[in-house]
Amino acid sequence: MNSKVIKAAWVTSLPVLVGYVIMGFGFGIMLLNAGYGVGWALLMSVTIYAGTLQYVGVSLLAAPASLIMTLLTTLMINGRHLFYSLSMIGKYSGSGKLKPYLAFALTDETYALLSAEYDIAEEDRHAFYFWVSLFNQSYWIIGGVLGNLAGAALPFDTSGVGFSMTALFVAAFTEQFLSSQERVSAILGLTITLVSRYLWGRELFLIPAMLILTVTLLALRKYLEPQEVVDHA
Amino acid sequence: MLSTVDALLIITVMSLGTYFLRGFPFLILKAKDKLPDTIVYLGKVLPGAVMGMLVIYCLKDVNLFVAPHGFYELTASAVVILTQAWRRNMILSIIAGTAAYMLLQNFVHF
Repeated sequence: MNSKVIKAAWVTSLPVLVGYVIMGFGFGIMLLNAGYGVGWALLMSVTIYAGTLQYVGVSLLAAPASLIMTLLTTLMINGRHLFYSLSMIGKYSGSGKLKPYLAFALTDETYALLSAEYDIAEEDRHAFYFWVSLFNQSYWIIGGVLGNLAGAALPFDTSGVGFSMTALFVAAFTEQFLSSQERVSAILGLTITLVSRYLWGRELFLIPAMLILTVTLLALRKYLEPQEVVDHA
Repeated sequence: MLSTVDALLIITVMSLGTYFLRGFPFLILKAKDKLPDTIVYLGKVLPGAVMGMLVIYCLKDVNLFVAPHGFYELTASAVVILTQAWRRNMILSIIAGTAAYMLLQNFVHF
């Protein structure tokens, strides 16, 4: 084992540390407030390892949601990961027995880190990617476990921590809105879901909203497709 | 509260669904392959749309027509939007919004 590679990976992973521990902490508290203890927090962070989905997962467990609803929600929320994997096929090719984990651990943050270039010897590259991925997941797991344990010990009412999920999505929505050229799809997501909420009621609206949203986006493709990236190579 | 088996099933579906999305391209595609245009298009427009959807999903239990008319959630959301527009730092915005929400809930009553 090459300790220089591990150290380089650890240093590279540090920007993710604070974010994952804090977000994981919020998840752990929410899960506890939904009645699920530390074993569940550990299980979810080890086997799912997806921030947004685990937050929503707490309410899917609490609702409780059907398996079809759970699957559709998973595909809708994490659909973007298909594209991360697609763009990492070249980098991860030849990674051998590390590949199943490299693919599994490709979260937003890990993708953001590893899509950049690093000054690492060719033969150490895949080990480096592996350790960055593993460090990142360990931060996420630690945050979730600590949050779940602390939730039971904190001397004040932690139910308000659940708002961190809303805050996460409002912040991400605001950021996308500010940085994106195309804002119609974001507005559609907001309005179609809001209308669905009142048409179908709060127990049932999510699936019709997802279907209508997808169909509407496909129907408006001519208008929403970015013009400058027409690439017929 | 769900039975242990039902909870495990929901977690399994979330886990396998996510792993499918992250692993599928590695299984079937080479680096030079291209995804169908429709999928590429959805990949560009869905993330923004899904964020909008999730914002409403989180606020689904807020009732604007009954006091306090979503005062806590909407005020704290405004804090998040303003903080994000000001500093462009998600973690900071989330902490500011959550702190604002908890303070309002503890100290402002109607």
